[in-house]
Amino acid sequence: MSAVVDTLRLTAEDALGLVDRGEVSPAELHAAYLQAIDEHDGELHAYLRTVEEAEGTSIPIALKDVISTKGVETTAGSRILSGYVPVFDSTVAARCKEAGLTLLGKTNTDEFAMGSSTENSAFGPSRNPWDPTRVPGGSGGGTAAAVSGGLAPWGLGSDTGGSIKQPSALCGNVGLRPTYGTVSRYGIVAFASSLDQVGPVAKTVRDVALLYGMVSGRDPADSTTVEVDEPVRLPTDERLDGLRIGVPRQAVALEAIEPGVREAFEATIGLAEELGADVGECDLPLSFDYGMPCYYLIAPAEASSNLARYDGVRYGLREDAETYRGMVERTRDAGFGDEPKRRIMLGTYALSAGYYDAYYGQAQRVRTLIVREHAAAFETFDVLATPTSPTVAFALGDKAADPLAMYACDLLTIPSCLAGLPGLSVPCGFSEGLPVGLQLIGPQFGENVLFRAGHALERALDLDLVPERLR
Amino acid sequence: MSWEPVIGLEIHVQLKTRTKMFCRCPVGFGAPENTQTCPVCLGFPGALPVPNRTAIEWVVKLGLALGCQIAPRAVFARKNYFYPDLPKGYQISQYDLPSCTNGNVIVPLPDGEHAVGIVRAHLEEDAAKNTHVGGRSGRIGGADYTLVDYNRGGTPLVEIVTEPDIHSAEEAKRFLQLLRQTIVELGISDAEMEKGTLRVDANVSVRPEGSNELRTRTEIKNMNSFSHIARGIEAEVERQVALWESGGKVEQHTYDFDVATGILTARREKEEADDYRYFPEPDLVPVEPPPELVDRMRAELPELPAERIRRIAETLDHERALVLVTGGLDALWHETVAAGADGMAASNVIANQLVGAGVDPASVSAAELAKLVGARERIPRKVFDEAIGKVGDAGFAAEPYLAQEAVSDAGALEPIVDAVLAANPAQVEQYRAGKDGLLGFFVGQVMKETRGQADARAVNELVRAKLGSR
Repeated sequence: MSAVVDTLRLTAEDALGLVDRGEVSPAELHAAYLQAIDEHDGELHAYLRTVEEAEGTSIPIALKDVISTKGVETTAGSRILSGYVPVFDSTVAARCKEAGLTLLGKTNTDEFAMGSSTENSAFGPSRNPWDPTRVPGGSGGGTAAAVSGGLAPWGLGSDTGGSIKQPSALCGNVGLRPTYGTVSRYGIVAFASSLDQVGPVAKTVRDVALLYGMVSGRDPADSTTVEVDEPVRLPTDERLDGLRIGVPRQAVALEAIEPGVREAFEATIGLAEELGADVGECDLPLSFDYGMPCYYLIAPAEASSNLARYDGVRYGLREDAETYRGMVERTRDAGFGDEPKRRIMLGTYALSAGYYDAYYGQAQRVRTLIVREHAAAFETFDVLATPTSPTVAFALGDKAADPLAMYACDLLTIPSCLAGLPGLSVPCGFSEGLPVGLQLIGPQFGENVLFRAGHALERALDLDLVPERLR
Repeated sequence: MSWEPVIGLEIHVQLKTRTKMFCRCPVGFGAPENTQTCPVCLGFPGALPVPNRTAIEWVVKLGLALGCQIAPRAVFARKNYFYPDLPKGYQISQYDLPSCTNGNVIVPLPDGEHAVGIVRAHLEEDAAKNTHVGGRSGRIGGADYTLVDYNRGGTPLVEIVTEPDIHSAEEAKRFLQLLRQTIVELGISDAEMEKGTLRVDANVSVRPEGSNELRTRTEIKNMNSFSHIARGIEAEVERQVALWESGGKVEQHTYDFDVATGILTARREKEEADDYRYFPEPDLVPVEPPPELVDRMRAELPELPAERIRRIAETLDHERALVLVTGGLDALWHETVAAGADGMAASNVIANQLVGAGVDPASVSAAELAKLVGARERIPRKVFDEAIGKVGDAGFAAEPYLAQEAVSDAGALEPIVDAVLAANPAQVEQYRAGKDGLLGFFVGQVMKETRGQADARAVNELVRAKLGSR
């Protein structure tokens, strides 16, 4: 434990208070986290690299390594980008700087954010602070492990099909995947452009709301961003009176959901009713039947194009050869791991002449139906609730050899991602001594209602989210 | 059998916007290599495109000038392929939903007007510039290494695709002259082939005259002037006709035309057999120009070259009208005629002497030019030429030149004419055998002897009389 603060328990909001009141300087706080990283990151491997100098006037932050940081190597967990140092800040990194946040370091991720365990990182997996033999989830396992292990007060991740929500659930953090278009993607190493969203990971819903407020808002450098009229409201309400919560029948019926996860989820829904919420069932049949295959056509298709720029010509890895083509082929063969290669092949196939209509075109049509199906559900409900992950954290190596088993980790998070909707994962209990996450889905731009619901449940549950073995 | 060429053109026009298509780097020539670049046009990880508003307005403007329908919703797509001049591994281009479709351009030809359909005009970004060093082919295969200058990468390009409505090399040339003038007058591009701001590929096939079939076509690239294009098309038409007539078959290929040798060389298949895997660009939202904007631009469209050619052709003829308008000379012609000059004479002086003397038509006083045109048969040729050379100078006055009379006195000219005819007996014989064109030769010789002081019309009459009388 650091001499200055207890990094395992200090929330970002409290840390901001300490700095504001002059009780701790930004440099002292930064140093305290670096010390914690020194002590524990050998085991957790949450960070790919740290920044020694505290440059800023506020508290520290950890950024997932897909977020470009000027002058600080950004690899997206891939060998093909090893040694790549951006000459520009991503918009979110710039907004963190403007807010005075000091960059603690870059956190580990599955290569190009493709994975659900960080085992696809070219630089080795991260480990779960609750049990280092288990994965922290992914792709944003580094940020999640850092926050729950006391190695960062908060951090930013990116979510394409569950990469913020699922690791938050597996590590006992709060994580928000915002509405598509509310946070700039400028400078985020792209995986699947129509799905990628940056969002906060922290210890509390209020911390998540605070950080979301700092980084969200239209960005002229990202044409797909929009200005949201409603300002971010820090939640205070501890009741859920009048809140209509929908539970998708098809989601809770999934056999993949572990009994312990189901138990914690159902108990939390019961608690929500006690707090005044109206709970009912809703139907999202297409979303849960076709969401996964639809996602695994659209995301790889976009990825196959987004990853084409890694050709060895301008930056990153380059494996020389006799010809241009030879150089590109050798570079990409040596630079990409199995999962990016798998998805590049899937995506290239889905976009090929003669197959486009049956695969990519069809997936886009299904996606439109999924959007409509969700919109219909929000005519009756304010939020939808499911478990975030069907399982608690699993052991390293458990699913690494079975891509389909790994893809199934995101069964519950993918549909709302396809619909572009915001999702908040909040710790809702434990199973086998490991945290379970509750996923709350909101309507488009419905972040505030998620904060309200998440905050009230968080207060009522009052869980101790410091990993037991570190207490 | 007689054959009809069937020609369609693909034209790329670099827009002269201040900045690039999807980033704010300046567009321009001559800057040191790779200095007009940024994370977006270098394809750095995470960099995103933001469309250039002016480029979008300009393609609409051009579409209106080409009589196209303007799409209320156009969509950018990604065209995926690997090449070092393509930093992202894809080119952003409009694909199935382009900004402009279904246009029509009227081309004046000597035998009347001919319509050329425009399939589409769409926006895209230009590639960077590769320089392949070493090797014999000048292409990437076999080169020792390739240097890439990304300054050009991301420059806004409009691609215009015509229907295969063109049936001769001459017609292709005229269409291009007209198109170029339209683009220049709209102020959206310099459209200079030498600089590469205008590039043309031709799709060529031939068919038996009178048939409607479409036979296998080939593509010709790498032509850098309108006359090269015409020559390239002629060479390809000739090649295809010879192939069909000898019982062979035309294969679908892309050819480079070598102007120096007149030879067409087939490109290697491997370099072009790509599946571009187009899909809508997820980093951009659709282009939806407000109808009010399109209406306003339509209303603000100036009178276009094709319309002006038609109007001038009523007074002159298509040929002269085309030369005046596509040369940017018609405004001066109108003013000169308004100042009292004869239309035909003014057209000849402006299109030939003035352009030949390298005078900028914009600097010419039409009133003074009209005086020169009126006097051109009366004053010595040399004096006239000298005056034309200076008619663009500030404060030019025609008066001093008009005072000089040409030698038209038969008594003074006759000995010179006799001497010229005596010195060229072979030509005299040919003339008498019916080669009328030689008349100009004799007149020219007399003018040379008199150092331009003779009145051309008087010489003409005298030569004719002399040759007739023998």
